[in-house]
Amino acid sequence: MVDEELRSDLQKRGIFVASFEDLYNWGRKNSLWPLQFGLACCAIEMIATAAARFDMARFGAEVFRPSPRQADLMIIAGTVTKKMAPLVVRLYNQMPEPKYVIAMGACAISGGPFKEGYNVLKGMDRYIPVDVAIPGCPPRPEALLEGLIKLQKKIEGQRLFGSHRARHADAGDPAEYPVPAYGAHDLEPPLNPALFKPRPVRRDEA
Amino acid sequence: MTDVLQAIRAALPAATVELINNPGPGAQHSLLVSANDGRAVAKFLRDSLGFDFCSNVTGVDWLPRKVQETVSRKESVEGAGKEIPETVERDIPGFLEAVYHLYSISKKSGPLTMRMRTGDRAGDVTVPSLTPVWKSAEFQEREAYDLFGIRFEGHPDLRRILMWDGFADHPMRKDYAAPDDCEYEPTPHDETLARVKARQEAT
Repeated sequence: MVDEELRSDLQKRGIFVASFEDLYNWGRKNSLWPLQFGLACCAIEMIATAAARFDMARFGAEVFRPSPRQADLMIIAGTVTKKMAPLVVRLYNQMPEPKYVIAMGACAISGGPFKEGYNVLKGMDRYIPVDVAIPGCPPRPEALLEGLIKLQKKIEGQRLFGSHRARHADAGDPAEYPVPAYGAHDLEPPLNPALFKPRPVRRDEA
Repeated sequence: MTDVLQAIRAALPAATVELINNPGPGAQHSLLVSANDGRAVAKFLRDSLGFDFCSNVTGVDWLPRKVQETVSRKESVEGAGKEIPETVERDIPGFLEAVYHLYSISKKSGPLTMRMRTGDRAGDVTVPSLTPVWKSAEFQEREAYDLFGIRFEGHPDLRRILMWDGFADHPMRKDYAAPDDCEYEPTPHDETLARVKARQEAT
């Protein structure tokens, strides 16, 4: 790492010093290409975010790609039904690394108002790693932009080497996750135990 | 409603049709047609009475239930005939019901509610499909088959429409139990509260 004092001193003289990591992350965070797919009403807000009034292009994320091969950000915008969940996991697996996931709205986070239903997945983090969760039903475009900025901050801080390196820089971490199968009563398995470890919630009066 | 019933009885004297009155202020009375006569009654409704549009098909799950009825029993007490009221419990077996909402666009009338019942909830769950009469019933009969398990005899393509093909249950039945995979509930109540408590004690 460059000494901060030296860096600002050089910057005043018109010389910019950056580490490879900084340049790499700076480039990636300002050209996030989202995968173009929406699952429910949150997708309408996502469309509004991309359109002129809110203009996601200001943050470098306007190039919605219709193919997972060209995308590096998956915005899960809407209710993930159990019938749709294997397809979402497969789309995630088809995206090249480094890839990120934003769970947009209550449904994508936990199943939302449909949590006790028979047909809705209780949160996409049961099958794929989620980087940013945006609460709301649906979240307003400002919230999606806030989530995007949060993700950019996260990318900015990711290390490529060393023991704290990012998931995609670690050869031991999987880039693909098992696709659940349609079972007789539920998806099989109902969650990925290697990935989904909810903290036990204690309430004084449950 | 009664004129429709009379017209059906006049044209199809062999058909078992009865009127079920709705005592509520909406007064949405309905026709209960036996499953055997369903197709003939539907054809008559469409061709002769002008019900040319089927807007909605749905199912109803009726669990077996007990009803208490008061019957008066005649008994001779001290020579004089006396009526003694007696409460009798009667079992009503469960069944599934297919409900059709019919409109007549040509006559600007409707809705007419037509119901057909299956024999029980497990083995005899067949009613005749009315898709050959009203094409618009096709997807909705598939939905009723998917969610309630009513088999529509003569349906051109009776497959599940919402759940996947390998799914075994019928989720809208009243005795359906969803898989217990809810790890956290912010405001648990009733059955969910009992489940959350049991789960918290286990961990």
